Amino acid sequence: MLLIPCPHCGERPEIEFTYGGEAHLVRPADPSTLDDAAWADYLYMRTNTKGVHAERWRHARGCGRFFNALRDTTTDQFLGSYRIGEPKPALSMGEPR
Amino acid sequence: MPESAVRDVPELPSAAWLGPLPPATRLAFQGGSAARAAAARIFPLPDAQDVCRARRDGDRAGLWLGPDECLLIAPATTGAASLLGELRAAIGTNAHSLVDVSHRQVGLEVRGPLAERILNGACALDLSLDRFPVGMCTRTAFAKAEIVLWRTEAQHFQVEVWRSFAPYVAALLQEIARDYVG
Repeated sequence: MLLIPCPHCGERPEIEFTYGGEAHLVRPADPSTLDDAAWADYLYMRTNTKGVHAERWRHARGCGRFFNALRDTTTDQFLGSYRIGEPKPALSMGEPR
Repeated sequence: MPESAVRDVPELPSAAWLGPLPPATRLAFQGGSAARAAAARIFPLPDAQDVCRARRDGDRAGLWLGPDECLLIAPATTGAASLLGELRAAIGTNAHSLVDVSHRQVGLEVRGPLAERILNGACALDLSLDRFPVGMCTRTAFAKAEIVLWRTEAQHFQVEVWRSFAPYVAALLQEIARDYVG
């Protein structure tokens, strides 16, 4: 079973988690000033990364918190996780892909 | 809350290694560090940094469920209304949420040298003593049911489960135990 690192609880089995989609999407401060294309871009357009992807997870059957994690979408390997509000960690070249 | 909801625990099987626990008063607490510190003056509560740990004082215990969430367990003789009143007075104006969930869940006790193995039949956590020491507690999944698992002694686990799931969890525990205790 895949182990997912919760920044609060440590490594836990994947069945305790729910997926929350791409991380670091910021809701526009005043949506009424956007045109349809910009609003649709915010609502629907995702990067669909092949490789290291920053995404939200929720430790639903654990501490209940949302957090962000870095996962390689080609191997499913989790490279790390960090709490909501913390900046996305920079990946150095030496890290596993 | 109707008192009958606390008294009428569903009929649950018991065995040498499994038994239902008596009714208890349970409160769900959520709040920041100020509210937690204030509540901790009159009720044993783990610090926010005590990840997945329970703090116990006599027959009262506070279980860490999340960075700002705790499950408070006290004997049923301590009425929920009076405990709520005491805690609300202690917490004062600090932002918090305190909800009586006594009727929501029941406690099961899994004990004995096989307790770890039986629980692991449907719980994916590493329950060995070095990874899940005495005093550790966490919300997790037992097959399809959400439970709170608390190791009260080396060979003694308390399982808190929602009352409607309790017969399912107890029956599944028995099914798993057939492999070990016949």
